[in-house]
Amino acid sequence: MTALALMGLLPENASTTGSVNLDGENLLQKSEAEMCRVRGNKMAMIFQEPMTSLNPVHTVGRQIMEPLRLHKGLSKSSAMQEAIRLLDRVGIPNPAERVSNYPHQLSGGQRQRVMIALALSCSPDVLIADEPTTALDVTIQDQILELIQTLVQEEGMSLVLISHDLGVIAENTDNVIVMYGGTVVESGKTDHIFDQLTHPYTQGLFAAMPKVGMGRGKRLTTIPGTVPDLINLPSGCTFTDRCPLASDICAGNIPPVNQMEGSHLVTCHHLQQAVSARSKGLYE
Amino acid sequence: MSSSSSQSFIGRCLNSRSFLVGGVITLFLLTCAAVSLFWTPGTIDISIKTRFLPPSADHWFGTDQFGRDVVSMLMTGTQNSITVGVVAVSIGLFAGVALGLLASAQRGWTEELIMRMSDFSFAFPAILSAIMITAILGPGGVNSIIAIGIYNVPVFARLTRGSANAIWAREYVMAARASGKNKFRITIEHVLPNILSILIVQATIQFAIAILAEAALSYLGLGTQPPHPSWGRMLNEAQTLMFLQPMQAVYPGAAIALAVFGLNLLGDGLRDVLDPRLSRKR
Repeated sequence: MTALALMGLLPENASTTGSVNLDGENLLQKSEAEMCRVRGNKMAMIFQEPMTSLNPVHTVGRQIMEPLRLHKGLSKSSAMQEAIRLLDRVGIPNPAERVSNYPHQLSGGQRQRVMIALALSCSPDVLIADEPTTALDVTIQDQILELIQTLVQEEGMSLVLISHDLGVIAENTDNVIVMYGGTVVESGKTDHIFDQLTHPYTQGLFAAMPKVGMGRGKRLTTIPGTVPDLINLPSGCTFTDRCPLASDICAGNIPPVNQMEGSHLVTCHHLQQAVSARSKGLYE
Repeated sequence: MSSSSSQSFIGRCLNSRSFLVGGVITLFLLTCAAVSLFWTPGTIDISIKTRFLPPSADHWFGTDQFGRDVVSMLMTGTQNSITVGVVAVSIGLFAGVALGLLASAQRGWTEELIMRMSDFSFAFPAILSAIMITAILGPGGVNSIIAIGIYNVPVFARLTRGSANAIWAREYVMAARASGKNKFRITIEHVLPNILSILIVQATIQFAIAILAEAALSYLGLGTQPPHPSWGRMLNEAQTLMFLQPMQAVYPGAAIALAVFGLNLLGDGLRDVLDPRLSRKR
């Protein structure tokens, strides 16, 4: 949702407040026609589901060529050359032949590579990757992430990576924003946060990770309860129902933003308790 | 994989019995219409001397009460039915698909307006609304085509909007929007190609319905006017002679039935051949 809001692609009945700034311009104030020039050109997005994110009736080459012709005004033949170059760039073997394949002729990993080529086609400034590896198996996941990482460094793009996979985040990001129930609960430099887990939800996320050498037959740690109904979010802290530290104050009052070291911010009523619970483990 | 899927399209066509049978019947009707443009076995001019001749080598199905050759009448009538079908379905297809795509792309009150209007026109049975339209515009071949065409518009509008909405919800449409395409381009490049097979199948079926509707209108005297032959009017003329010359009614009736049967089979067959969900399973 946050990613779609950034792109201005929320359903028409949604309202967006605040501002989305890119190159000093507030994207929320732009008209739909102006946004069409930003999308795919300055901002591009990689989706979660490579299996369904390509149109089955067009060849992959044609789909990569479209934004090139749209935003850069390339001719058909030069767009084709560029599409082949991009497919080669994202590591698809034999790109000159693959370019005329239909999506169903490619595997999931290859399709995700095509999606990346599509997103990269106009060398955007910001690349949003919405759980780009969720639908892929582990070996392919690693290849895709490595590919995204190299491309981001070589093209000098900013990457917004959305993921549940903490390992993926630790390896691929500089800054982290932890979100729960649509609100930011913790944010800061990746190293800081991974060193000093503070918010009860962040601690829960880490506790829930399977650990090597945990022993067979032991259950994984979980955060009790379920995600709140996003239509009726609790009025105070969204994590109240599931938080081991919750008290009366959490239910009705929006928690304060506490500044930790540097840019590390934590949104919690019970900061001291949360900090001291780090060593004990909140969810044992 | 690529060779099997491209080769299997023709393979699927040959495998589908309804496609083959329907295709052959439709082709036969088209041939009849085409041949009748420059050759018919007999004449469709009135000649009282030759009325009610029994079937013979000169008149395969005999002649009617005005001495016209029945086979020639039927063949020339095919022209009429096919013209009505093609033009009326085209009117419905273009206007209906455009409205449906517009409704689906714009949503909101545009969609509401278009859909409520088509609901409204659905409230009248097809023939009834066609009769109403010909009553307003006056009877005649062209007006009956317009009437049937107008009846087809909401059918296609509804179908298009429904299937287009399903495509708009797809991830690749979201991906297309994320790459900066406007609604018009997405509609033309992504939505339309993906619903084309559904539309082709529906067009075939509407074609059969249009032929039926034209026959009904001509039977009622609201469609094709004399002297141009029409299956519906042949039925009407045969009606008074039902007990004297029953075969006079059987021939045009059989022609209408054959055309509708053939086109419906072709529609079913096309569905088997074109439907991506069915084809993916194979």
